[in-house]
Amino acid sequence: MDTNRRNFLKVAGISTLAGLGGTAVVDRLVAGAGMAQASTSTSHGTEQAGTAAKAGATRYGMVIDIKKFYQDPSLGEKAVKACHQAHNVPNFPDKRDEIKWIWMTKFENAFPEKPNLYQDEATANNQLPILCNHCDNPPCVRACPTKATFRGDDGIVGMDYHRCIGCRFCMAACPYGSRSFNWRDPRSFVANLNRDYPARTRGVVEKCNFCVERVQIGQLPACVEAVSESKALIFGNLNDPNSELRKILKEKHTIQRNPSLGTLPSVFYIV
Amino acid sequence: MYDSGKIIPGLIIFVLFITIPIWYNRGGASTAPKIELPKDAKTCVLPAAEIRAEHMKLLNVWRDEVLRDGKRAAITIEGKQYPKSLMLTCMKCHTSKKQFCDKCHTYASVEPYCWDCHLAPVE
Repeated sequence: MDTNRRNFLKVAGISTLAGLGGTAVVDRLVAGAGMAQASTSTSHGTEQAGTAAKAGATRYGMVIDIKKFYQDPSLGEKAVKACHQAHNVPNFPDKRDEIKWIWMTKFENAFPEKPNLYQDEATANNQLPILCNHCDNPPCVRACPTKATFRGDDGIVGMDYHRCIGCRFCMAACPYGSRSFNWRDPRSFVANLNRDYPARTRGVVEKCNFCVERVQIGQLPACVEAVSESKALIFGNLNDPNSELRKILKEKHTIQRNPSLGTLPSVFYIV
Repeated sequence: MYDSGKIIPGLIIFVLFITIPIWYNRGGASTAPKIELPKDAKTCVLPAAEIRAEHMKLLNVWRDEVLRDGKRAAITIEGKQYPKSLMLTCMKCHTSKKQFCDKCHTYASVEPYCWDCHLAPVE
């Protein structure tokens, strides 16, 4: 090959410049990708913060006064009955088929993370109502492959039975056992059909819907209405600092079911 | 043609066999079903031709608006309020599923799954 020192230096110089420029371009690209990554992580952060990002919007919640349910066991019965009547919830004779929307249970079952060796008598002998927590960060919604369950703009975690394929991922994801599967056709197990509300079919998962069909037309949930005189159940907007709900939360010490999971439940209990 | 005595009757039998749906349903299937319209309601939420062709799409739109978007405001037609609901609007006028829905659906051989969950009026 015919070359001399002058040409060799020219080629080497240009190659060095191109190399430096090339690395600069590569650096830019890497930095750009890094920035993109950073921006996704921030958006993820706000999503996780949940409440802060959604402030201002409606987020429905409930306060349950456990003491009132201990004092008057008929309250729980009334609330459960009103709910089941309003939503055509079937009553299966076999416990394995049970469909749960709102139901009465012992304190240690509702709050297994708060065991007490020396339980007081009222707690030991009575039951309290539990229902879907309508979490602000609902794990069931993340698990659902068809988006049949979703968090509405008002904070209600709803079910769209048209889309439910019955995979039961949501039941596995829900840490509160609030979801039930229809193993059998429930229609014939509903005592008094409410003809203004649909029933369900075999093969779908169902749960408490916070009476979305009543709340969105300005009524109170059926269970809250059934025990309205006792004020044992209070329903309202958690994002409105002047709501009755928030006033109670400000006055009284309340607990949520297993808050350490980070699901941000919207149902609070006055112990 | 060899064996024309076997081939021609065979062809005739074959043609008759594959055209069974045509001649077996001759007459009966061509008459459109007569549906029973509500007596006390004169207007529907859409003009007759449109609702006939588009009712399934309208029901899907209503379902998504009500259930997923929470837009439950009733629609107003000629001063009358209609909630966006199969059970609370459609079936309040068309009080007989058997005489209204089923007649066309059976004729057209469609089996909508609405009634797996939704409740038809008592007949």
